[in-house]
Amino acid sequence: MCGIVGLFLKNEALKPQLGELLSAMLITMTDRGPDSAGIAIYGDEVSDMIKLTVQSASPDEDFPALEQSLHSLKGDNPKLSIRDTHAVIHTNANQGDTIRAMLMSSHPNIRLMSYGQSIEIYKEVGLPKKVVERFNLTSASGSHGIGHTRMATESAVTTLGAHPFSTGSDQCLVHNGSLSNHNTLRRQLNREGITTQTENDSEVAAAYLTARMNEGDSLGEALTAGIADLDGFFTFVVGTRDGFGVLRDPIACKPAVMAENEDYVAFGSEYRALVGLPDIEQARVWEPEPAQVYFWSH
Amino acid sequence: MSIIDLSENGLRHLNETLQSQAQGTNQQDWEIINPRGSHAIAVGLDAPINVTVSGSTGYYCGGMNKQASITVKGSVGPGVAENMMSGIVVVEGDASQYAGATGRGGMLVVRGNAASRCGISMKGIDIVVEGNIGHMSAFMAQRGNLVVLGDAGEALGDSLYEARLYVRGSVKSLGADCIEKEMRPEHLAQLAELLERAGTDADPASFRRYGSARQLYHFNVDNASAY
Repeated sequence: MCGIVGLFLKNEALKPQLGELLSAMLITMTDRGPDSAGIAIYGDEVSDMIKLTVQSASPDEDFPALEQSLHSLKGDNPKLSIRDTHAVIHTNANQGDTIRAMLMSSHPNIRLMSYGQSIEIYKEVGLPKKVVERFNLTSASGSHGIGHTRMATESAVTTLGAHPFSTGSDQCLVHNGSLSNHNTLRRQLNREGITTQTENDSEVAAAYLTARMNEGDSLGEALTAGIADLDGFFTFVVGTRDGFGVLRDPIACKPAVMAENEDYVAFGSEYRALVGLPDIEQARVWEPEPAQVYFWSH
Repeated sequence: MSIIDLSENGLRHLNETLQSQAQGTNQQDWEIINPRGSHAIAVGLDAPINVTVSGSTGYYCGGMNKQASITVKGSVGPGVAENMMSGIVVVEGDASQYAGATGRGGMLVVRGNAASRCGISMKGIDIVVEGNIGHMSAFMAQRGNLVVLGDAGEALGDSLYEARLYVRGSVKSLGADCIEKEMRPEHLAQLAELLERAGTDADPASFRRYGSARQLYHFNVDNASAY
């Protein structure tokens, strides 16, 4: 069992409240997943700049060292904003690859959580409320976001095993369920050059969608292909720079509720995650159909 | 009318209060406000009382109900009226998966749609759904009646025993051992009575009846390769 929440804002005026609304939804799903929690937030884009979210188990040692390395780079100095065990590197878009290579070679204890123009990912083990507080997620603003509360079944309870998983630029995925063909798929994807960081089944689903989109699929097309290629139980919520998608497997035993009105599209594993949203009583509320792709974009 | 605010008094207080009502109680009418999608609202009741839930609920609303009449002014999560014994549960919105599962008696009415596995393993309950139902509905259904005014999803009535299924709309596919059957006068009369009891306006003659072909009841050596 896990809990999923997602919020895609249509009304720009709600952007400053995204973190607050999404955090409240996430905490409501604590009893579906008390062991770890995470949130992906899309927002605060600056043109020609990208963001790399990184994580360390020893931030007091690793982040000052990282800051020094970043200062030694040529050109404009990237900026590092630290939030507890995570930090966001703001840098010129053309420096992204250099910094990723530097992380791999010189900072082996620092893990890359996400990269892209818009996405930031924060995830940790512990109760969702504690995770929200550690990263001050209620203050986050943005256009859309996805959250996950985890009750692990498939791999260890670690920061890297928490959701969301990001395997491509501005992409992320959260998953409730379990996949049965993830080892085969992981090997296939590795041969195609798509690497994964963990033994987790959900990360393979994220990597699969990234691979399809690298080949030119839209998110909708990639999700449709996933119905045939991913074997197991799943409710997925997927984020891209401008969009938000939902897919349930054909058996559809993992719960899902959606709500839509003029201001937002919202997803919750249960209706109780949605009850704090503004004007929810007047929103259209429905259960997404099995094996049907739902997708919204700005 | 007695009003219980779930956000103030909590679920345990609510269910203890309703479960402790005696047969001849004077407090017949109850309203539950602020359900906010909570689980297990008004479960295990055993008195002829009227309970109105003003809002949507989560899992297992009205489970194991005996005698009580429960109306939800909203939608319900998975497992509404699961294992109901008697009484009636009316959902004015939609119901999530396995509505009325394993129910032994009484009636469940869903004015909107019901999702997958509606009436799974039903054992005597009557279910009327005014909208559509999802896949694998009435799987292994043993007794009782499932009436659907809209459409049914894939594999309706798979491995069915003696429950009767009446569907007015289309059926995406029938499950193993489920077949269409003749609508005889006694079925039209029964369907009219079910629709009236549910407060649903529909012409019994516009429905088709489905039931068990009774080919899976006993081991058949010719089917050995299929097991």
